[in-house]
Amino acid sequence: MTDATLRRTILKGVLALPCLPAPAADDSRFIVEARYWEKLPHRKIKCTLCPRECVIDDRERGYCGVRENRGGVYYTLVHSRVCAANIDPIEKKPFFHVLPGTLSFSIATAGCNVNCKMCQNWDISQVRPEQVRSLYMPPREVAALARQNRCATVSYTYTEPVIFYEYMVDTAEAARAAGVRNVVVTGGYISTDPLKELAKRVDAIKVDLKAFSEKFYREVVNGELKPVLQTLVTLRKLGTWSEIVYLVIPTLNDSDREFRDLARWVKAELGPDVPLHFTRFHPQYLLKNLPATPLKTLERAKAIADAEGLQYVYLGNVPGHAAENTYCPKCRRVLIEREGFFIRGLHLSQGRCPGCRQPIPGIWGKS
Amino acid sequence: MAQAGVTRREVLGGCFAFAAGQACGQSRDFVSQTSAGTAPAGPSRVVIARDAALRSGGSVDSARLAALLDRAMQAFFEVDKPVEAWRRVVKPGEVVGLKVNCLAGKGASTHPALAEIICERLQQAGIRARDILIWDRLSDDLESAGFRIQTGRDRVRVMGNELLGYEDELSTWGSAGSLLAKALTRVCDAVINLPVLKDHGIVGVTLALKNLFGAVHNPNKYHPNAGDPYVADVYMLPPIRQKVRLAICDAVNGQYEGGPSYMPQWSWPFNGLLVARDPVALDRTGWEIIEEERARRGMKPLREAGREPRWIARAARYGIGTDDPRRIRRIEV
Repeated sequence: MTDATLRRTILKGVLALPCLPAPAADDSRFIVEARYWEKLPHRKIKCTLCPRECVIDDRERGYCGVRENRGGVYYTLVHSRVCAANIDPIEKKPFFHVLPGTLSFSIATAGCNVNCKMCQNWDISQVRPEQVRSLYMPPREVAALARQNRCATVSYTYTEPVIFYEYMVDTAEAARAAGVRNVVVTGGYISTDPLKELAKRVDAIKVDLKAFSEKFYREVVNGELKPVLQTLVTLRKLGTWSEIVYLVIPTLNDSDREFRDLARWVKAELGPDVPLHFTRFHPQYLLKNLPATPLKTLERAKAIADAEGLQYVYLGNVPGHAAENTYCPKCRRVLIEREGFFIRGLHLSQGRCPGCRQPIPGIWGKS
Repeated sequence: MAQAGVTRREVLGGCFAFAAGQACGQSRDFVSQTSAGTAPAGPSRVVIARDAALRSGGSVDSARLAALLDRAMQAFFEVDKPVEAWRRVVKPGEVVGLKVNCLAGKGASTHPALAEIICERLQQAGIRARDILIWDRLSDDLESAGFRIQTGRDRVRVMGNELLGYEDELSTWGSAGSLLAKALTRVCDAVINLPVLKDHGIVGVTLALKNLFGAVHNPNKYHPNAGDPYVADVYMLPPIRQKVRLAICDAVNGQYEGGPSYMPQWSWPFNGLLVARDPVALDRTGWEIIEEERARRGMKPLREAGREPRWIARAARYGIGTDDPRRIRRIEV
């Protein structure tokens, strides 16, 4: 199979690239000195990219499994090492207020800095780079492929883009230079300094807020809530467009109180106009013992968030539901009609409601 | 017993031609003596064998190491000959894995000389050379510790997990959810665990239980909270509990601080081996040895350093073995 054929296969939407030969574990093309780390005595280092701040011995890797201490110098092993590449509708991320109806060139490398029991992509996020088949795809090639395939954006997604930070930042610069925008799909578990640097180079960030309790983050995510909330606040202050996804899992994060606390916090700290998506859980990975989220639970979550004054509350993974649409918060006119990942009607006029002229926040391009 | 003119290197090359089953009676009550299942009813025995003259000119004297291993095995199994001890562990026709620990390169890894001697003894007990696999997480790690990768099927094989791969289906127990190495699940019928005696900067110590992190695809996920409960949970994964039959801790060198990397300034010559079927008892004993050395050097205990290996007590609660010093019988030889 030629490289071109391989690439076409990838672009058809083969998530884990099963047909590709795995490059050697130590392929030097993928290994670049990491950013955000400190030297410690005795060849140890401290990673400062995410709040976990792993202290790592020589020849060891951080929790993410993709950043390695080699003789007291810290390296990323996944620069340009793409294990998943697809062309997706941007609604799949989901971004509902960013260039609706456009395509996004979506890439990921192996690895993640948390370990969510409900991960839907664990077979690429919870493995080391040498344990999954990958392709060499340097930043300029990503930008060129995005343009070639008429994608309005490059998405850093599927796994946790924070752990391929260097590659993401370099690619974002290359894409921007090529006239392609950048969007990030993240758990938001990132330290403030690298987040600020990232925000300069990307256009929108979707944060998976996995629950509104530290207990859940500790027991189900293997992470912390507080730094994620800090990420959202920082993005708001920086003016980076953000949307929030909250995966509703039966019995674990679906109480009225948690929905209400979440909605009140979003309104108070971020504002009422931040899109909040309540999405449906399906059992997988280490949470196969729970059922899919009942539709009524999602509708209850939306009702609570609406009542608290949030203006753009959506439901996800329920194709055809009316709560997939965007409505004018002032006159309730339907502005964007959706069905699953597809746009059925786009009625915005220069970012405003065509009826009452209410401005609708988001990145609307030339629509 | 070695053939004249045959070196240990050749043993690893598969030239050491003990016929399968030669002079090998079936092991008595073989299965009941393995570590699979629940903790033993009586005290757990841990043999600590030492030889002050183990080193010669800075390197390990292989002949003395072989003698030390034989002494330890005979004492543990209370038999007169080493081969009788090994027949209590394995039986002809089985594929036996030696899970070494090579992360730290030369200095703080399982000595290849020890693995070679065990290969020799296994063959004397009727295991074919081709049915022995020396394995660890990565081939690079094995090579950095002095092993030579060998993949041919006619000799003792030496391979990292990346060469044999991992299962596609998750194995789960408690907090652990991992893809297991095929070396463990598909290749080996029995595993001899060959850890080292070493401090660990995150989880306190790395001994028998933690060495099985090398059998899963995602060990990096199991270090938070000083490894508790992860170390115990990983060991509870059924293929691990069912197949690991014996632990022989390479304590030629000990390291009481700065692990898991090799830090010569914090290493000391323990000149010994620890042998046990109960990995919890071995870990408890090894932890005490490390604490004793830390105390001698004026260092604070691991508890005060914020990395007490609480997972040892958890493993005992799970029934893997015992961590109660009153129920651990130290046998020093």
